[in-house]
Amino acid sequence: MRKTFIWVALFAAFALIAAACGGDDEVDVSDFRVAIVAPSASNDLAFTQSIVDAVDALGIDPAVTDGTFVVEDAAAAIRGYAEEGYDLVIAHGSQYGGSLVEIAPDFPEVSFAWGTAADTFGLDNVYSYEAASDEGGYVMGVMAAELTETGNIGVVGPIEVGDAKLYVDGFLNGARSGGANATAAYTGSFSDVAAASETAQAFASQDVDVLSGTAQMVVGAVGVANDVGILWFGTQANQTELAPDIVVASQVYHWEVILEDIIQNVQDGQLGGEVYVITLENEGLVIEYNEDFDLSDDIKDKAEEAIEGIKDGSISTG
Amino acid sequence: MSELFTQAAIVAVVAGGIRLAVPLLVASLGETFGQRSGVLNLGVDGIMLLGAFGGYYAVLQSGSPWLGLLVGIGIGFIMGLVSALMAVTLKAEQGISGIGVYLFGLGFSDLLFQKWVGTPRPIPKFPKLDIPGLSDIPWLGEMFFQHSVVIYLAFAAIPLSMWIINKTTFGMNIRAVGENPEAADSLGVSVSRVRWSTVTIGGTLAGIAGAILAIDLGIFQQNITNAQGFIAIALVYFGAWRPLGIMLGALLYGLVNALVLQMKVLEIIPPDWSDIAAMTPAIITILALVVVATRFSPPSALTKPFTRGA
Repeated sequence: MRKTFIWVALFAAFALIAAACGGDDEVDVSDFRVAIVAPSASNDLAFTQSIVDAVDALGIDPAVTDGTFVVEDAAAAIRGYAEEGYDLVIAHGSQYGGSLVEIAPDFPEVSFAWGTAADTFGLDNVYSYEAASDEGGYVMGVMAAELTETGNIGVVGPIEVGDAKLYVDGFLNGARSGGANATAAYTGSFSDVAAASETAQAFASQDVDVLSGTAQMVVGAVGVANDVGILWFGTQANQTELAPDIVVASQVYHWEVILEDIIQNVQDGQLGGEVYVITLENEGLVIEYNEDFDLSDDIKDKAEEAIEGIKDGSISTG
Repeated sequence: MSELFTQAAIVAVVAGGIRLAVPLLVASLGETFGQRSGVLNLGVDGIMLLGAFGGYYAVLQSGSPWLGLLVGIGIGFIMGLVSALMAVTLKAEQGISGIGVYLFGLGFSDLLFQKWVGTPRPIPKFPKLDIPGLSDIPWLGEMFFQHSVVIYLAFAAIPLSMWIINKTTFGMNIRAVGENPEAADSLGVSVSRVRWSTVTIGGTLAGIAGAILAIDLGIFQQNITNAQGFIAIALVYFGAWRPLGIMLGALLYGLVNALVLQMKVLEIIPPDWSDIAAMTPAIITILALVVVATRFSPPSALTKPFTRGA
């Protein structure tokens, strides 16, 4: 009996030590159910793909309802997942905030995450998250200013709000810090591929030789840039495969950096109430270079300087 | 503002306006055939989406834009038959059945894209055709004669449509069935056959319009048409059910769109005004539509199913 007790005690001690050692590094995601509701396709090489990839990276196979440009459709999906008892329901679109205010109080046992936004509405079961996309935008603007030969740089934006505006402003400021003439044009739509394509054509007619853009409709602009030989900087996901010859680098979102924290909190019983931001500092934002693009070490050094400057606060992206 | 009046800007606006007009023009011409015979098909956008995906996928697999166009034609033809079955034979309420076709096209094109393709991948576009002797003319050459082959073909479809509608027996039957199906029927014209034909032509052209859109952009994306099919239907009214009027409407829409985008690039329209400016083409089209609507009447039997002896 005594021998058995010693073995049990030893086993328990070992289990406690193992749990303590592993606690901070990895979250146990087995049996943790995540659902994502997002406006565009889950493989858009942009906004929606960034969150799906992040959840995948944590070893979770999420339930996904994508293509919900219509907010009412998204609201129905969010409510549906909450009713099904998912542990975390991610409403990945700033336009879903109004719906979440109505839905989240009905499901106090379910945790919701809303992005990109910086408001939890004072609700205990809502997290919000956003990207400091101006940071990576600034870094790529610095590189663009070094690469341009005509001195003219353009950015194709969707609608002047949220994450898109942050990125565009950061990119413009980075490019202007290098002395380039940088301008932005917002198409007025997140989904109008033809308008993005024509905007790129309009930039090409004005001697622009470096372009960037944000949101899922930029695939149209990348195609034009590829046709006429304009260099491209991507954001949200790595866009190299769209045009390997002209994509210089992409700012890639790694939401998993903050999702890991959120999941840990939910497992500890805290279902919301915090705002998270991915940055260059916390490595939620990463500049990924196109390895096949011949980018000089000088320019990479300038990019690294900008990254360090943003991290230590000596460079302001605004 | 002076930057807008440079050669580069003017050429870009006109060439861009033509590019933007072409998918609308093709889809509108197709819808005109149906409406002239009395059938409204609100499913144009859905058929465009299916044609766009089918065309894109065929090019992705084969590398041939022409095979993509053929697939777009085939898909449009099949969807035209489906639309005709619902609207003509089953006499379904045309607005509702059209919306059903649209929703099917929206969802199914996205589903197939995600299952068969996944991440957007670029495809070869239609080849450009610089028309010898004309493409070198300063200003005009770049504006009008350095486009992809399908753009010339689309504009060639205008006189062809005019000829079919105004000069052939088939066209006369279309007009008769659209204005007074009972009278046409009493004279031995098969109303069903004419309407099946026109709706199928409309579907085929919508499929072509979608394929042209995706292949000329060199990419497919969920909801790539961005409601262009509905604008095409509005342009049929704008053009007073006449191919020439439709061409003018499509060009107006495309040119205003391209002008607004160029003004944004030149910062004549500041970013704060971008969203409002993006609505300009639609607002101008609606205003013109109001003017046209007061001067022209739609075909008398538009949206009315035909039942012999009813």
